[in-house]
Amino acid sequence: MATEEPHVKVEKLVKVYGDRTVLHGVDVTINRADTLVFIGGSGAGKSTLVRHLIALERPTSGRIVVDGVDIASLNDVELNKARRRFGMVFQKYALFDSMTNFDNVAFPLREQTKLSEKEIRERAMAKLKDLGVEHAAKLTPAQISGGMAKRVGIARALVMEPELLIYDEPTSGLDPVTSRTVDDLIEEMREKFGVTSVVITHDMVSAFDIADQIAMLIRGRVVAQGTPAEVLAVDNEDVQKFIRASGVEASRLATRRPRKDSRELAAVARARTPRSA
Amino acid sequence: MADEPPPRPAWVRALDPARDFVEEVGTLGDLAFKSLVWALRPPYRFNVMVAQLEFVGVQSVFLVGLVGLFTGMVFAVQTIYGFRRFGAENMVGGVVSLTLSREMAPVLTAIMVAARAGSGMAAELGNMRSSEQIDALETMAVNPVQYLVVPRVFAGLVMVPVLSLLFFLVGLGGAWIVGVYGLSLDPGIFADRIRTMLEPGDLTQGLIKALVFGFSVALIACRHGYYASGGAVGVGQATTRAVVWSVVGVFVLDYAITSILTPVG
Repeated sequence: MATEEPHVKVEKLVKVYGDRTVLHGVDVTINRADTLVFIGGSGAGKSTLVRHLIALERPTSGRIVVDGVDIASLNDVELNKARRRFGMVFQKYALFDSMTNFDNVAFPLREQTKLSEKEIRERAMAKLKDLGVEHAAKLTPAQISGGMAKRVGIARALVMEPELLIYDEPTSGLDPVTSRTVDDLIEEMREKFGVTSVVITHDMVSAFDIADQIAMLIRGRVVAQGTPAEVLAVDNEDVQKFIRASGVEASRLATRRPRKDSRELAAVARARTPRSA
Repeated sequence: MADEPPPRPAWVRALDPARDFVEEVGTLGDLAFKSLVWALRPPYRFNVMVAQLEFVGVQSVFLVGLVGLFTGMVFAVQTIYGFRRFGAENMVGGVVSLTLSREMAPVLTAIMVAARAGSGMAAELGNMRSSEQIDALETMAVNPVQYLVVPRVFAGLVMVPVLSLLFFLVGLGGAWIVGVYGLSLDPGIFADRIRTMLEPGDLTQGLIKALVFGFSVALIACRHGYYASGGAVGVGQATTRAVVWSVVGVFVLDYAITSILTPVG
């Protein structure tokens, strides 16, 4: 499809914990400005796989190449530099409970930019407002509901406008309306900034709505990868069983919102952040 | 599925504790080294540092003072009781000041800090680990050792000597109260014996110990919290281990430092 090199390329990734093999030689390619959705049962290795993309885990063998660089080979300082271009929304929010929600969202701005406190305030509040949680700015994460905490977590990941955003079950625990708002935000980040998104979800409506590519993981192996239409048509018993159970049908794809071309958006992303940075 | 590993012979399993010990020393050494390296690298987050100095130091003042007061008082009673048998109760001031400065102040202060601040550090870092907050720091390009471990170890290093000095002074005050007001020792002689018997070297030895204990208590507490695993149960175990091993560490290090710094025989 794209002639340029992919944003992320996972090659023969194997991860072993003790005597348990979690990932059995996974190969995945993610193009710039694409949204790749990982689906699969619990314990299939989805979270472990995405944690490798930002070097929260080191592979037992195999390579994870981001922007042409094998991130497992970077030292602490180089890795910190590379991570400025990544963002992650955690399954259990991972908000700092010693800080207010506002300080949580302001945290990456304070740590990684030289913006004035006034600018930080504006940007963090704008993000909280986008997600409809600006009224919780002065509260701590322990004082708000799980759904609100999730939205604050998303605001914190989005506030840096990173090039690669990883969402670990962004809509789990959210009501249907808020879930669609989150889908819209993932789309908006892509369209505005050409962000490459990697999403883990059990929400199949969301998966078929936002995905350019869907990859299905079963017991540590990618059994199918392709566009939503391709995955729906794939001839694999496990995949079909999963899709049937979720209740998603091919007609769903007809109602998908129109999508901008990833190659155009990739140009946006390149213009935004020079590769040398 | 995963292959079953071959069963290990009994003599290999018998060596497990030794292997675990070496592994533990390695983990601690590695964390100490990383802390040192990251302490020198910018950015320097003074507000985070001050918060830890406050947590370890200021919040321990009352507790350490209280323990120091009673330790001094008990010591005065016990030494007077013993020394009276050979008419040497005048030596009490000197003996108490020596014991406090060389041993009791640094050791008991470190143990109090391990119990109060060390357990808090392990529980907090353990919770941050299990709720992915440490991972979140990493993804935001903030080195968690630099952000979490360095300020805590630094606070231990600075505050345990300060608290130890406080312990010494309050303990001496306690001994004075008991000796002079309770047991009618002559205040002039009490003070004179402190002056003649206590040397700067005694205070220095106490401070060196406090410095090393402060570092080791905070490092061991951070190590157990930082690498905690296994949810709420894991955090509980990490907290227990942090306190137990940092206290054991204090006694082991105490003997090591004493034997190096004290020429006997």
